[in-house]
Amino acid sequence: MGEKGIVKRFDDEELSLKLLEMGCLPGYEIELIGTAPLGDPICVSVYGYKLAIRLKEANTVWVV
Amino acid sequence: MATTTKIALIGNPNCGKSSLFNHLTGLNQKIGNFPGVTVDKKMGQCILVEPVNAEIIDLPGTYSLYPKSQDEKVVLDLLLQKNESNYPDAIVVVVDASNLNRNLLLFTQLKELEIPLILALNMLDIAENHGIKINIELLKKELCVPIIGINARSGAGTDRLKAAMLNTTSKSTSVAYFEKLPLQHDVVNKIKSEFKLNNDYQALLYAHHFASLSFLTADEKSKIENWVVETNFNSLSFQAKETVGRYEIINQQLKNAVVNNQNIKIKDRFSSKIDKILTHSFGGYVIFFALLFIIFQAVFAWASVPMEWIDLGVSKLNSFIVSILPASPLVDLLTQGLISGLGGILIFIPQIAILFAFISLLEESGYMARVMFIMDKLMRKFGLNGKSVVPLISGVACAVPAIMATRNIDNLKERLITLFVTPLMSCSARIPVFTVLIALLVPSKPILGIFNLQGMALMSLYFLGFLAAIGSAKVLQLILKSKEKSYFIMELPDYKIPRWKNVGYTILEKVKAFVLEAGKIIIAISVILWVLASYGPSNAVEKAIEKAKTQAISTHLNTAETENLIAAYKLEASYAGHFGKFIEPSIKPLGFDWKIGIALITSFAAREVFIGTMSTIYSIGADNEDEKTIIQRMRAEKNPETNAITYTPALAASLIIFYLFAMQCMSTLAVVYRETKSWKWPVIQFVYMTGLAYVSSFLVYNLLK
Repeated sequence: MGEKGIVKRFDDEELSLKLLEMGCLPGYEIELIGTAPLGDPICVSVYGYKLAIRLKEANTVWVV
Repeated sequence: MATTTKIALIGNPNCGKSSLFNHLTGLNQKIGNFPGVTVDKKMGQCILVEPVNAEIIDLPGTYSLYPKSQDEKVVLDLLLQKNESNYPDAIVVVVDASNLNRNLLLFTQLKELEIPLILALNMLDIAENHGIKINIELLKKELCVPIIGINARSGAGTDRLKAAMLNTTSKSTSVAYFEKLPLQHDVVNKIKSEFKLNNDYQALLYAHHFASLSFLTADEKSKIENWVVETNFNSLSFQAKETVGRYEIINQQLKNAVVNNQNIKIKDRFSSKIDKILTHSFGGYVIFFALLFIIFQAVFAWASVPMEWIDLGVSKLNSFIVSILPASPLVDLLTQGLISGLGGILIFIPQIAILFAFISLLEESGYMARVMFIMDKLMRKFGLNGKSVVPLISGVACAVPAIMATRNIDNLKERLITLFVTPLMSCSARIPVFTVLIALLVPSKPILGIFNLQGMALMSLYFLGFLAAIGSAKVLQLILKSKEKSYFIMELPDYKIPRWKNVGYTILEKVKAFVLEAGKIIIAISVILWVLASYGPSNAVEKAIEKAKTQAISTHLNTAETENLIAAYKLEASYAGHFGKFIEPSIKPLGFDWKIGIALITSFAAREVFIGTMSTIYSIGADNEDEKTIIQRMRAEKNPETNAITYTPALAASLIIFYLFAMQCMSTLAVVYRETKSWKWPVIQFVYMTGLAYVSSFLVYNLLK
């Protein structure tokens, strides 16, 4: 919780398109702000709003 | 007829577009269909200034012109067809000012299409609360577009928006972005000249989406496909380049016009505090299931009163018509076929209205997104998606609107599984059948003081239906192969106080859709069934009437009893009766006789027709739908040969299970056909569900016998 980082690159090209479109852009900050009761999906803040995303999808995003 | 200006509303999901639509059009809304696609088209008339009208088209929310779900495809499809009758003369792009950058991505794409645009800047108050200050004058200059600040909740600014709609329609906007983006490619020029397009971006969109565009012929699609291969056009990397490029330009343009002093961090906002409770690892589920319980309670308890009125009204109307018109087959057709069929539709409206009132409230408030969020992992285990929750809940009222609610599930496989299993959820048409059959099987006894044994039995049937639904989903998950990736990437909007008006419009919309979709089929089937139940081969029916009359005289029956006996004999001699006898051998293993066979057949219009058919067969009189009479009559029924009770617990249980699982709803099949655009799925669904019902009933009957 509260972990944050800067989006670096994506592993999955197809998925990255959806993420880019949603404002999850390289060079921008992303912060973990919550998880669903079973630990998955998670809720992150990107680009000034809240995005729900499955762990599997979040794992394709490289953050530094 | 003068052509009215067509104005489309386009924007991201949760941007307040629907509220704005409701403010602009009020009750002058109608729902149509886009040609070739199943998504509803919401349109309404809006008076811009007396006497100038505009037709407002509310398009599904989308984040970009790169659609993922069925809903979103409509937007792109429409905007690429200049000759389509719904092609807008102007677009109002609705954007959420508190999330301006992301909302503008779609705007910059729309700007390429050379349709006059107006930017409606919504939620300025929320933006201000978050510390975002927007200089509208400067923004207008940067984006080269008329901008109107609105408040879609209160309706403030709609008058200025209407005035702007009057003015922009003549002006065209210049292409501003495409040239600045690294998007030039050979394939663009080829498509441009072949399809005589004068717009590069349009051609580019063809190259990206040709496979799913409804207006291209197979030839044209293969032509584009060849060019895409020939010129090495990489759709994925081009889209990535475009999105990143657009965001860069947007950020540049907003640099001076928007001052962002986000004073409160997202995780400290009020919404996040509510989230801590509503998505809590334990409390989250408790709250959700408590809400579900309240909703079901409301659907069943509150709806029963208006349902009785409708029932009473329909039978009053029928007896009134019978009393004023001379008896003739035509009057019978009107009363027993048409009006009864109509009654069969109207009776479901209260439950559908109440259920969708709740669903719309949850959606409006932002809570539904959290339900999807907390249910996703559980649903995923069964090949479903967090978004499948809404169709599954809706299925408890009626599968027809529930199946239509699957459209926003992006992944095709998950959508198919959802719409396949939704009819297994016990819909309201099954309740009357269950009520009668449970009474035959389970005594009405209180347990633990507050619960009733029969009520518990009904509850467990719902649970069983749900288990069958998710079990079948699991099976399908293993069978269906899909290359498409399943994902769950969804905005969690801030919580808002729901607007009652929007809830009202949603109820109206869903009820209308149900009456139109399911209604016409139920009426048609009712009429067909009436014919099958009233006429028989050669003069079999006349003979049956004579026989009944003779028997009535010899056993000294009164007029009403005689008529009921005649009706019973008529039904037996009719085509429906013959058909019932015809299928008897195949349903015998389940314990059913030909009389139940008739009821199974008539249940195709709607399951609750079972009750009316049973009343006719046992000559209680079809108008007498008092459940107690039917239950008593069924209890007394004996096998003429062995003199044993017909409705043994084994048979009652077997029949319950059959009605729980069997696909006995033509409207559902028709909607599945419409949504999947092929008969494959309805047929598989019919075979699967009826097969499941048959096998389960067989097991239950033979285990209990």
